[in-house]
Amino acid sequence: MARNKTYPDFDAAVADIPDGAVIAIGGFAGPGTPYNLIAALARRGAKRLTCIANTTGGAHKPRMPDIGMLVENGQVAKVICSFTAATRASDVLPFTKYYESGEVEAEIVPQGTLAERLRAAGAGIPAFYTPTAVGTELAEGRETREINGRRYLLEYALPVDFAFIRAARADSTGNLRFHRSQRNFNPLMAMAAKTTIVEVEEDILPAGAIDADDVHTMGLVVHRLIRVPPPPMGLWTRKREVAR
Amino acid sequence: MSWTRMQMAERLVREFQDGWVVNLGVGMPTMIADVPMGDRDIIFHAENGVIGYGAVCAPGTEDLNLVNAGGQNVVLNPGASIVHHADSFALIRGGRMDVTVMGAYEVAANGDFANWKLKGAKGGGIGGAMDLAASAQRVFIMLEHRTRDGASRLLPRCSLPITAAGVVTLVVTDLGLFAPLGEGFALRDLAPGVTLEEVRAATACPIIA
Repeated sequence: MARNKTYPDFDAAVADIPDGAVIAIGGFAGPGTPYNLIAALARRGAKRLTCIANTTGGAHKPRMPDIGMLVENGQVAKVICSFTAATRASDVLPFTKYYESGEVEAEIVPQGTLAERLRAAGAGIPAFYTPTAVGTELAEGRETREINGRRYLLEYALPVDFAFIRAARADSTGNLRFHRSQRNFNPLMAMAAKTTIVEVEEDILPAGAIDADDVHTMGLVVHRLIRVPPPPMGLWTRKREVAR
Repeated sequence: MSWTRMQMAERLVREFQDGWVVNLGVGMPTMIADVPMGDRDIIFHAENGVIGYGAVCAPGTEDLNLVNAGGQNVVLNPGASIVHHADSFALIRGGRMDVTVMGAYEVAANGDFANWKLKGAKGGGIGGAMDLAASAQRVFIMLEHRTRDGASRLLPRCSLPITAAGVVTLVVTDLGLFAPLGEGFALRDLAPGVTLEEVRAATACPIIA
């Protein structure tokens, strides 16, 4: 019988995250974002974190738990993201003030390179060459190489201590399924992490309830599962579901 | 007279060929999904791994777990598929995007363009733009011809940090449709009521008619 990976609550699932940890946070424009785990990490208060995600969070109301919240909490030393400013120049991110004052370091990485660096870490590939960002200021002073007549930039794998992700469905062994664009970075972050923590939207199923052919991310790389509390109105909304 | 943003989108769509896989950037290019494609079978790819999405959902019909690259809740067309980010960008780097359409701050006659960082800014927003620009078969740029202060956004060389070098295929502005030619832009089409002289006066590099 495989071990049941279900945890009682979000706080228990993040209780051992130490200062200085590297944390990958999934999600893209909402879907797949582990809001409850981010909120639990804010309560936990671990400091000097490196946070990897597509963005540092939104500029819009209602404010959802995001990296910006951890930054305001004084918990973040560095972010690695494909956006370190808002998509619209007129939007100001909570993160920006701390970045511009030098309190938080940031590494900006093209989105496909970010995904591939995570994939490489999970796949045991230490580095790879990509055509992305060649000829831009991101490539200045870095190693490039010409292969078959085209210039490529060397990029290194991005290993992770803890991945925070969100899935639609899980069985007790950690096999996951995502719904629609909830998938995004989440399978890659699970593969890249030593410990993967998942908030799950539906009741956690017994082992075997997800057919082996239908698994998106294998339980082998998933360590902790927490059921997202059901929304009171039976309707999925970003605002209502965040556990307090 | 000049083109509205919707007319700019319609003008670019006339360049699309049947069977193309099209990636749309955030901002102005999202309008392209609303332009009728006629008989052409066009597949929209969103960088977050959604292949074959369609229109923005009517209010109340959204699946909140399904967004395009701009975060809009969209529908899936029959035959759609969903993959994770590494596969989505493997499609991009693997050369399977027939065209990517992006907004920009500046575009240059040498085919460079800039859309991720403003002058003097410490942070920026790259998203998938550098991956798409480096590896799509064609890069179409949509932008207003001039800044709010009247300065040309079509330049001999970009003044802002570039997104990719020498990749731009076509540029649509409110004044016309252009192709970078090295030292200037070839004029491919004029918006109705706009004269060649007006375009030349509005542009900081040669326009070859």
